[in-house]
Amino acid sequence: MSGLRILVPVKRVIDYAVKPRVNRAQTAVETANVKHSMNPFDELSIEEAVRLRERKVPVEEIVAFSAGPPKAQDILRTAMAMGADRGIHVQIDEKEGKGELEPLGVAKLLKRVVEKEKSNLVILGKQSIDDDAGQTGQMLAALLNWSQATQASKVQVEGDSVIVTREVDGGVETLKAKLPMIITTDLRLNEPRYASLPNIMKAKKKPLDKKTLKDFEGDFSARLKTVKVTEPPPRKGGIKVEDVDGMISKLKELGAL
Amino acid sequence: MFSVARQSVLRQARTQLRLSQPTALPQYSALARLLSTLAVLEQREGKLNASSLAAVAAGQKLGGSVTAFVAGSGVKTVADEAAKVKGIEKIIYVENGAYDKGLPENFAPLLVENIKKGGFTHILAGHSAFGKNLMPRVAALLDCQQISDITAIESEDTFVRPIYAGNAILTVQSSDSTKVITVRGTAFPAPGTEGGSTEVVEGVDPKAESPTEWVSEDLAKSDRPDLGSADKVVSGGRGLKSKEEFDRLMPALADALGAAIGASRAAVDSGFADNSLQVGQTGKNVAPQLYLCAGISGAIQHLAGMKDSKVIAAINKDPDAPIFQVADVGLVGDLFEKVPELTEKLKSQ
Repeated sequence: MSGLRILVPVKRVIDYAVKPRVNRAQTAVETANVKHSMNPFDELSIEEAVRLRERKVPVEEIVAFSAGPPKAQDILRTAMAMGADRGIHVQIDEKEGKGELEPLGVAKLLKRVVEKEKSNLVILGKQSIDDDAGQTGQMLAALLNWSQATQASKVQVEGDSVIVTREVDGGVETLKAKLPMIITTDLRLNEPRYASLPNIMKAKKKPLDKKTLKDFEGDFSARLKTVKVTEPPPRKGGIKVEDVDGMISKLKELGAL
Repeated sequence: MFSVARQSVLRQARTQLRLSQPTALPQYSALARLLSTLAVLEQREGKLNASSLAAVAAGQKLGGSVTAFVAGSGVKTVADEAAKVKGIEKIIYVENGAYDKGLPENFAPLLVENIKKGGFTHILAGHSAFGKNLMPRVAALLDCQQISDITAIESEDTFVRPIYAGNAILTVQSSDSTKVITVRGTAFPAPGTEGGSTEVVEGVDPKAESPTEWVSEDLAKSDRPDLGSADKVVSGGRGLKSKEEFDRLMPALADALGAAIGASRAAVDSGFADNSLQVGQTGKNVAPQLYLCAGISGAIQHLAGMKDSKVIAAINKDPDAPIFQVADVGLVGDLFEKVPELTEKLKSQ
């Protein structure tokens, strides 16, 4: 085996600590002047790729990829500061408001990138915290007809076989597959590192390839139309009780006991 | 004169009748006749996973016929069991041990073959670990954009789902000819498992090889109700301080209530509880009658998984904890005093 050529797709999302607000026209969530960051699961993907290299697994290259607005380059720089060797940015025009790719479109785009870069391992986050779809990795695996191991909490590479422990309902299961394959990361996989200042400076010099959708063949158009986006119904404000007896009697009153 | 008046009254009555129809189906009556759903059921060691019947419940809401699908070794018995579920028109089963572990590499081609053969318009499965792993692979093979974790159905092509950890509710309309969908179990209560009688037929088996090999599993054993479907859930957070305290306080409270045990991500990450107990955006979604939590601050990622609970009760020593903004009953106090007291008082009732 010549070595791993790892592709790590990352997504720029509203920071996980920000409470999203629905816009007045009920067409989307307000994104202007809101703090954005790398999707937390994608940080785990980059971290795992870098750790594979640190564990002396032969890693030829780690390529970070993002499709999104011009500002998505910021998170590609973050990925490179964490240890990715270079970045690819497919700039998506946001002007029409319909610019965002759906998971199927991203998977089709990634298939092209995998073929071009000759990647043999793609590590993705299990879901993005904005759309919460959790589809892209599995879709890419289908399009490439590769093995998939989703919600990984442990990854071991031995030669060209990969052993992945994945989180399932009620516990964990372990799978074994041969490269090439797709892995999606779960929270317990690792603890992502902070990019150090020297590494942030170095990342500025790493190559970042800029592309547009026109550079790729295929139909990446959206299949879903947003009818509306609304705020969830608010819960009625509850009451505070003084003591345990108060809690029990209130719960009885509400019919919960 | 009279006849004109009568006609207009009739017309009005007819229009009103049409408007008062509960669903959009009459407008699409031609479509409704063609609408047919395949509900993918889960089984483990020859036993039907009852929570996967949520897919059947959602299929019934769509209208049209509902066919259920199950595959694995010894699944004829599962199919016969599912045949008692009301509202299923037909059950397709594929008897083959290769599908026991639900590996998407061979399960997805299996489903695709049966979908094409049956000409189904809607493919539904639960938004469980099994459904989440499998369905996007099926969708991509069919060149469809899947719709994940729906909580409501507006019409045959329009669905409602939470986004941003449940902080926004999205209504989407799909233009795909086949709709591949995962459904949130707590939003579609499983239909009764008695009284139905259904045709059970064998499906096609393309016998695709799986390049991925299943090695082993390690499932937490529990006598308590299943977290995802329990009527009552007690949940502990970082405030419990250690695994010892979690194990001392939470199971006793759960047993006093007959509840399942859940945990916040902080508690899971700190090793207090097994990660299969995690409630939240990245863990399980629960919507029990009672969600009683102790030592949980109420971060938005946690609220995403439990805010559809009927009654939320919280014990926390910080009166400003965000959990109190959603709790119906809040008690400010030290959980190390309050939880044992609550356990004792519930037991003595």
